[in-house]
Order: sequence, then C-alpha cells, then structure tokens
Amino acid sequence: MRVLEIVHTGPLALVQDLGRPGYAHLGVPPSGALDADALRLGNRLVGNPEDAAGIEALLGGLAVRATAPCTVAVTGPLVPVRVDDRHVGSHAAVSLRAGQTLALDRPTAGLRCYLAVSGGIALEPVLGSRSRDVLSGIGPEPLEDGVSLPLGPVTGVPAGADVVVAPALPERLVVPVVLGPRDDWFTDLVEGLGAWWTVTPESNRVGLRLDGPPLRRANTAELPSEGLLTGAIQVPPSGLPVVFLADHPTTGGYPVAAVVRRGSLGALAQARPGTSVRFRSS
Amino acid sequence: MLWRPCGEHAALLDCDSLALMTAARATVEAAGIDGIAELVPGARSLLVVAEPGSRALSAVRELLDGADLTHPPAGSPHEVTLDVHYDGEDLSLVARDAGVSVAEAVALHTEAEYTVAFTGFAPGFGYLTGLPDALRQPRLESPRTKVPAGAVGIGGEFTGVYPRESPGGWRLLGHTDATLFDPAAERPALFAPGDRVRFRSV
Repeated sequence: MRVLEIVHTGPLALVQDLGRPGYAHLGVPPSGALDADALRLGNRLVGNPEDAAGIEALLGGLAVRATAPCTVAVTGPLVPVRVDDRHVGSHAAVSLRAGQTLALDRPTAGLRCYLAVSGGIALEPVLGSRSRDVLSGIGPEPLEDGVSLPLGPVTGVPAGADVVVAPALPERLVVPVVLGPRDDWFTDLVEGLGAWWTVTPESNRVGLRLDGPPLRRANTAELPSEGLLTGAIQVPPSGLPVVFLADHPTTGGYPVAAVVRRGSLGALAQARPGTSVRFRSS
Repeated sequence: MLWRPCGEHAALLDCDSLALMTAARATVEAAGIDGIAELVPGARSLLVVAEPGSRALSAVRELLDGADLTHPPAGSPHEVTLDVHYDGEDLSLVARDAGVSVAEAVALHTEAEYTVAFTGFAPGFGYLTGLPDALRQPRLESPRTKVPAGAVGIGGEFTGVYPRESPGGWRLLGHTDATLFDPAAERPALFAPGDRVRFRSV
C-alpha cells in the first residue's frame, strides 16, 4: 500500500478535508480545512478531487517521506519547501520519488499550510469526512512523528499550471459581515465592530478570539440556546467577540451580532495572534 | 415568529415558544425541501442554512407562512427507553427542592415522556422536554469541572444525558450505560430532534 510517513509534525498537523456538514442537528460541528480554498487548490494541483483529504500544518515544520512515487503540493501562505536538500516552491506540483522527504519551513506570514498528496489521505472517514474536529474529538487523531498515512488510488493528472500565486496576507484585515441575527441586542454595533480588534493567542480551530473595546449590550437578557454557523460573531458578557471557525459548537447561548461573509473565512483562518481586524457591514 | 438574517445563506426563525419551534422544525423536516444544508433547532429558534445558490430559504419561508403550526405533521419519531441507575450526586438535593422523597423524585423522572427538542453542547447531547414542573430546577451554583459520560441530569426546563466526560452545571440524578454517540454506528446519535424518550429505573 502507498503510504506517507510523517517524519516531523511541526507544532500541530491535522488531517483535513472539506468537513462533515449536515450533522449540526446531532451536535456535530462541520469541521474541515479552515482555509478551504487553499486545500482545494492543492488538490487541483496534484490531480485530486477538491474534497480529498490533505494535511493542515500549523506554522510549518511538517516533514513527510514518500514510500512510493507521488505528486504533492503545498498551499496556503507562501512557505519555503525542500525536497531532501533541494529547495522547491510552494503552490506548485512536485514529484516525489520513493524515499524522498519533503519538508516545510515556517511561513513568514499566515498560520496554516496545506499539503495535498496524489490519491489523498485515505484514512477511514467518520460521518463522511476525514477531518479532525478538535472540539468534539471526532476524526483522525492529531498526527504524531513516525505515523504512516495510507494514500488512496491516484485518480487524476496534476494540473498544468506553471505558476500559482500565493494569496497576499495583509497585516490588517477588513472583513465584510452581514449584521444579525441579534444585532438589535447591541448599541452602536456598526461602530463597535468597525473598531480595530486584535487576534489573541487563545484563538484556535473553534474560533478566533478578539481583544478591543468591548461591544455594549442594549439587551442583557439571557439568550436561550440557538443554532450557530461558521463565521458567526458571538459576543459573551465580556463584550469581546469570538468569530467561530469550522470546529465551532453547533448551538450557543450568547447573542450573535453578525456573520462573516464566507469569502473572508480563509483570510481569518490565516490571521496570526496580533493581527488587526475590523468588520464592515455589507 | 420572526425571521432574522444570519449571514449570506442562512436565516434564524425566532419562535415564541419551544412548542412553536418544535412544530416549525417538524413541518420543515416533513416537507423534504431541497437545498437545506443544516436545520438546527434551538430552545426558541430554528436555524435554516441553505446550500449556496439554492432556493431553500424562500421555500422554507413560504412553507411556514402557510403552515398550520398548531397541528404539525407527526412524523415517525424514534422511541428510545434508557435504563438509568438513579444514584446521582444531586438526587437528594433535587428531591428536597421538589418537596418530595428521593423515590418520588425518581418516579417523577421515570413516569414522564420526553421529546428531544434540540441538540448541541456536544455530539449526541439532546435537550429533552417534558420534565414535570417539580423537577424544573436551577443549575448548580458552581458547575462541576468533570461530569462523567452517561450522567443523567436536569437543568431548567430540560433533562438530558452527557454523551462524554465534560464540564457541566446540571443537577445529576443518575447514570446510564447506554452509548449516546458513536460516529461509526448507523445512527450515530441515540437522540435526534423529535425522538420520544423514556427513562427506566434499574
């Protein structure tokens, strides 16, 4: 069987595909690659269907060894990539021979690189997905040094793109949002969301925690638990918002002031602690 | 009922009561509308998430505008009976606050029929309605950092079972050995919205 050996995981490496939507009514989060466009691009580059499973590597440091010839691509933020001692680029398909090692350095901007492999990672799906959900503990365990990941059969040919440009990662993000569902629970919400917020180190795949001038409540009643979705900006009593990412709980008991437009979720997934973020109603 | 926007592809229906939410959920579920990505019931609301490009949101809206929510479709709910060891740490507190004996508190909990209103908190955790008035009690003043898997508790208007070890503030009546969530099972969650549940003392 074709396998990919994990030589080093780096700070955190997780198997991710496009997630397991459709189970929120059972309390199961959607999960999946936080920067889904990056995983899709990587899969296209190596000739996989877009929903094949790859590896989401936090802050680089990942090294893998091929036991059989395969095509790989690294996407997400721009990152130095080596095959054995030879430097190759990210955002391009690279052929690995059996025994060769591919290693990612640390990206200079952004958080999450994606490694796509021809055939995709073929661990057993759980509820239709191979994504690790860090909130619920569903899906493949976080990767450890020395584990071998099975690869699926190669189904397509690598895309012929010569150069794919890595996305720009601005130091300050202006994020479009749709106000609601509970915008009327706040005073001066548009102004409050429009302040510069700072991403805190407590952020993870569940949500991005923000620090800044607390949002003020007009209504201090207790909110009965209600359904949540990815991109929801939930405001706990502290007034400091949490932007929910893919591993968010499926219901919550604090009001959601606004929801991030889907096109901006990838940029939020790459926002390092310290990044400035403001929200613009659109 | 009031529709509230929730991002580009979803809307949240505010309901005046849990009963109205339950009726709206059952109505949407029974209609089998194409393009619904998620249908997430809450305590007083129903979140409808549409697949981008589908007409599901307007279809749900039209359906509920014309629906008789006082007579929702019955559906075909799953019936679940759970065996419970009534040995919970808060059982005597619950009985005292209800003004009954421990045996009577157990009888109150086992004689009622419950409905899974909504889920959340953790995979497989169902908020069950139908709790007798005397058992509608506040949560603990200070939540436990560790509630064991299978613990059966009450909180406010709900009763439920913790699917796995987690922090929690509900008053604990006992425990069950049943598996509440198994992602590999054909029915991964024992409780799905609309299911009917009974507890049996063993």
